Amino acid sequence: MQQFVNVTLTGLTEGMVYAAFALALVLIWRSTRIVNFAQGSMAAATAFIALALIQSGWSYWAALVVALVSGFVLGAVIERVVVRRVEGGPELNAVIVTLGLFVAIQAGIAIVFGSSFQSFPTPFGLQGFQVGDNRIAFTPTSLYVIVAVLITMGLLVALFRFTRVGLAMRASAFGQEVARLLGVRVGRMLTLGWGLAAVVGSLAGLLIAGGEFIYPAYMDSLIVFGFVAAVLGGLDSPIGAVVGGLILGLALSYVSGYVPRGSALVNVSALVILMVVLLVRPGGLFASSTARRA
Amino acid sequence: MTDARTSGSTAVTAPGSTATSPALLEIEGLTSSYGPVRALDGVSLSAEAGRITAVLGANGAGKTTLLRTVSGLVRCSAGRVTLGGEDITTAPVEAMVGKGMAHVPEGRGVIAELTVDENLRVGSLFRGKVGRDEYDRIYDLFPRIAERRDQPAHVLSGGERQMLVIGRALIAKPRILLLDEPSLGLAPRIVAQIFGLLRHLVDTEGLSVLLVEQNARSALSVADVGVVLNLGRVVVTDSARTLMGDEDLRHAYLGF
Repeated sequence: MQQFVNVTLTGLTEGMVYAAFALALVLIWRSTRIVNFAQGSMAAATAFIALALIQSGWSYWAALVVALVSGFVLGAVIERVVVRRVEGGPELNAVIVTLGLFVAIQAGIAIVFGSSFQSFPTPFGLQGFQVGDNRIAFTPTSLYVIVAVLITMGLLVALFRFTRVGLAMRASAFGQEVARLLGVRVGRMLTLGWGLAAVVGSLAGLLIAGGEFIYPAYMDSLIVFGFVAAVLGGLDSPIGAVVGGLILGLALSYVSGYVPRGSALVNVSALVILMVVLLVRPGGLFASSTARRA
Repeated sequence: MTDARTSGSTAVTAPGSTATSPALLEIEGLTSSYGPVRALDGVSLSAEAGRITAVLGANGAGKTTLLRTVSGLVRCSAGRVTLGGEDITTAPVEAMVGKGMAHVPEGRGVIAELTVDENLRVGSLFRGKVGRDEYDRIYDLFPRIAERRDQPAHVLSGGERQMLVIGRALIAKPRILLLDEPSLGLAPRIVAQIFGLLRHLVDTEGLSVLLVEQNARSALSVADVGVVLNLGRVVVTDSARTLMGDEDLRHAYLGF
């Protein structure tokens, strides 16, 4: 029983990070129909910026804010300068561009910050909470991860649902031409969308780094997990991304907790889940393709 | 805004005769191509304030390209477009609605993922804050979409979608409305209802309409002026009544 609780809580925590990362992929996919393979490298870059600031004496929180802001700038600049040229063109061009960015940014991180392993701090403890006589595998840091992702999602929902900018962004994502005819500056909204997605991706990168070691390629597996979670949810659906992230987090946690030598099977399991989803429900669990007729 | 209103109620110049002042929308020698295909070949026409100007012609005559070029979605290679005397030939698409031109594209253009109410709100975004009464006015014009304002737009029927996109264009308070095939795929009763409403808005509020239609009979029954396009060129421009009475022309270009 205790192991089940531990494995589940670990799965939920990791699932929240996958959900955030998947959300970043979905935000970009549904507005520009591009899978941003560079998302992980971009997030890693901001984590290294945060780490450099922390090492030079900044507080964790100040460094976090600077990292998220630099994530926004990075995302917006990349959309405006690089991605804009391939938007609406052949899909393969966009794939090549984001894969190129993925490699280039990772190399850039190694050049600027070095490629050695460096430990990344966390503002909260890594020792599990005491429940009765037992210490569970749910730490203050896990709680921080979950709360941070929930707050971010709440803010995004509020932005998209209740603000004029959010409405303009959704209109730009779902009906570019119509939005332009109605006077919405679609180009600006897409830039803003990439910036916001990069902030969310960057947050995921910083959260998963907490209490761990980071190196230029430390986000690579998260790209796979985030992508699987996004596909699980249907790529188009923010709610699907969140649910997909949680499902994946739990599934991988159970594999690593219950299957003999399961921790070695985690990456493979993610890909198996991806294959099964694509075979059984190619549109994902939350496919909204029926809504996309107009 | 105001000048469109007043000129709508003043003297009506006979179509075809030279107007004393330039028309609200003037299109001169407009030429544009899709690759090697010249879709518009020196098209000139004018849409006067307070009138419905219908552009007619067969499939492929260049009607849709005409509207898309006027609103900047397609760049012209030659020619000039002016709206209320201002040259808008090279103005960006996003700026057109602010200048008073609302283009409702072919195929209804509702944003299916948004609710009916959100679709309307997108239409007013560029104006800043818009009072609730303006939305209520649109819902009064189209009671059928008012009932569904909180539902996603993809549940609407074809006629309701057309009402929504016209309402969404009207909330922008345009001087001129560009409509692309609003009757496409709709039951004759719905077409009559929508055209009747357009006529009403033109007569009572000084709205101006440039209407592109393949359904020439319905369009001429509501329009003041008809322009017949064939293979990217203007064949004839005359009053709707005259065109309606010209049997040879109807047979040759309008198919009824």
